Amino acid sequence: MIIQALAFYLFAATAVASGVMVISARNPVHSVLFLILAFFNSAGLFVLIGAEFLAMILVVVYVGAVAVLFLFVVMMLDINFAEMREGFLQYLPIGALIGIILAAELILVFGSWVVSPEAAQILSAPELPAGGVTNTHALGQLIYTDYIYLFQSAGLVLLVAMIGAIVLTLRHRPDVRRQKISDQVGRRREDVIEIRDIPTGSGV
Amino acid sequence: MNISADLAVIQPELFVAIAAMGMLMFGAFRKENPARIVSWMGVGVFVVAGVLVFAGPSDTSLAFGSQFIVDDFAVFAKILLIAGAALSLILAVPYNLREGIDQFEFPILIVFAVLGMMMMVSANDLISLYLGIELQSLALYVVAAIRRDTLRSSEAGLKYFVLGALSSGILLYGMSLVYGFAGSTNFEVLAQVFGADESASIGVIVGIVFIAAGLAFKVSAVPFHMWTPDVYEGAPTPVTAFFAIAPKIAAMALFVRVMLEPFGALVLEWQQVIWFISLASMMLGSFAAIVQTNIKRLMAYSSIGHMGFVLVGLAAGNEQGVTGILLYLTIYLFMNIGTFGCILAMRRGGQMVEDINSLAGLSKTNPMMALALAIFMFSMAGIPPLGGFFAKFFVFKAAIDAELYVLAVAGLLTSVVGAFYYLRIVKLMYFDESAEPFDKFLGREISVLVTVTAVITAFFFIGLGPVLTGAQTAAAALFAA
Repeated sequence: MIIQALAFYLFAATAVASGVMVISARNPVHSVLFLILAFFNSAGLFVLIGAEFLAMILVVVYVGAVAVLFLFVVMMLDINFAEMREGFLQYLPIGALIGIILAAELILVFGSWVVSPEAAQILSAPELPAGGVTNTHALGQLIYTDYIYLFQSAGLVLLVAMIGAIVLTLRHRPDVRRQKISDQVGRRREDVIEIRDIPTGSGV
Repeated sequence: MNISADLAVIQPELFVAIAAMGMLMFGAFRKENPARIVSWMGVGVFVVAGVLVFAGPSDTSLAFGSQFIVDDFAVFAKILLIAGAALSLILAVPYNLREGIDQFEFPILIVFAVLGMMMMVSANDLISLYLGIELQSLALYVVAAIRRDTLRSSEAGLKYFVLGALSSGILLYGMSLVYGFAGSTNFEVLAQVFGADESASIGVIVGIVFIAAGLAFKVSAVPFHMWTPDVYEGAPTPVTAFFAIAPKIAAMALFVRVMLEPFGALVLEWQQVIWFISLASMMLGSFAAIVQTNIKRLMAYSSIGHMGFVLVGLAAGNEQGVTGILLYLTIYLFMNIGTFGCILAMRRGGQMVEDINSLAGLSKTNPMMALALAIFMFSMAGIPPLGGFFAKFFVFKAAIDAELYVLAVAGLLTSVVGAFYYLRIVKLMYFDESAEPFDKFLGREISVLVTVTAVITAFFFIGLGPVLTGAQTAAAALFAA
């Protein structure tokens, strides 16, 4: 039990600290690296509450794909961050005003929050649902059975995003030479090689 | 759980999704440029989808654990938006060929956008609502920027995308608050929860306001209208025609359902919000349009104003209000298709012209087009016996029944102001010195559509009875639950 608590505080503290570093690091590449660290620690937290599937997905998808992509983008784009921060003081008053209004709203909202009496029981038993289904299995049931409509709709949204990216960026340039494998494979010896008999000693 | 029963309910959506993917395959594997044929396939898909919607279940039916609903209201709205999309796609065909928009993905994106709209209209859950909106918007962002080589079209797409993403964020924030306080995303459960306790907690009200703000962005109601004139001006004209019609109908139908179904019991809490955005849209739509010289910007402000009038019906929050909204949207569809057909015909020396002054003296150079445009302008101004008059009449009547006298009077006054700029166009066409005539040939599709919509707008009172009955049954379905 004590090891679990220690692991929780370790992961949680590191996640929060690296979250702070993401927005405060001067070098954007360091920001992304701290983001990856934060993802790893959140994955650790997921393992602690018994959601091993979510933990693995977080590492595979967010660390493996998204964060690395971020890293590439940040390294490839030559962004002058000093210049971007220039207008900061100019927008500070209005930004602060909106922030204060939002904070006031949030305080009001949380002031009226009522914790339902059953909440404590639900929290204390985050374990597997009845019937001995593992949580990966349970997630699959939710996504592919109960929420199949939403899952497929999300798939369509991604399809449209893909079509959109192609429509807006693909350019057919006529002067580009492309490899045509079928042409290469279909090439016969007779089409391209001509054998001539040349009499000896006459030269070419 | 019986999947085939669910599939029967979503038949039209299923058909549209599969057909869109089929069109994509067809376009990708065809050797010669398939843009024209795919466009007509898109129109065909809309026709079949309309028939499927019409032939669908007659009583209210739910699917997928009540995430999806088909009722008379959804059917009415879907038929409207499919008709709007099909007509604007027909308008786009000759334009696209002429202006060299030869990507075959254009009609496919329109079909996907319509699929998103159908999902929005049939959403019975906050998550399916959001996915419908995203599917629709994502396709629309791309379509706005379809002329990627022109600066204005890319600007329109980018501006729409950034502001649309912001509004989605606002919408999601509101939805998460509502979910946190009510414990469900399903509209029926939400309606039960809010119907049970008398006073809603402040968290729910903040959530509803955020949701209303996100949806107001989608219908471009003031103060979330800033993107509209720029996007309308920058996007290619047939795209603008599409934007002005189908997404507006879908978003407005969704707005009505969200406000009246899950939050119906809290009408006193959100009525003032709708009241304000309705009033502000009517005012801005009529006053800001006066100074416009570009006809597409003018139409943008005109559509903001129209959405303000439609929101009057929502502010009323009763069955007559919803009937008025559906009737208004029907007439709005025909007026806008016709007007944009005329705008597409504004071409001089092989170049599109968008300046209002270039319409001067149109009655002498092209009397038929001038007559049609005059009918649309009179109708938009709300002059009897044209269609636009009935639209405004039923909405204002509902407002008076709901004792929203200030809103009704303000609506009448702003429609007088609006009449000024609509009639200015008529004056330009009939009483000013004629400018050079427009190019003669504008494509058979456009002239047929303009003629048909002009006749419908002018003689709408003949078909008023059936449309009104349909709108009434549709509105009744929303209040039956």
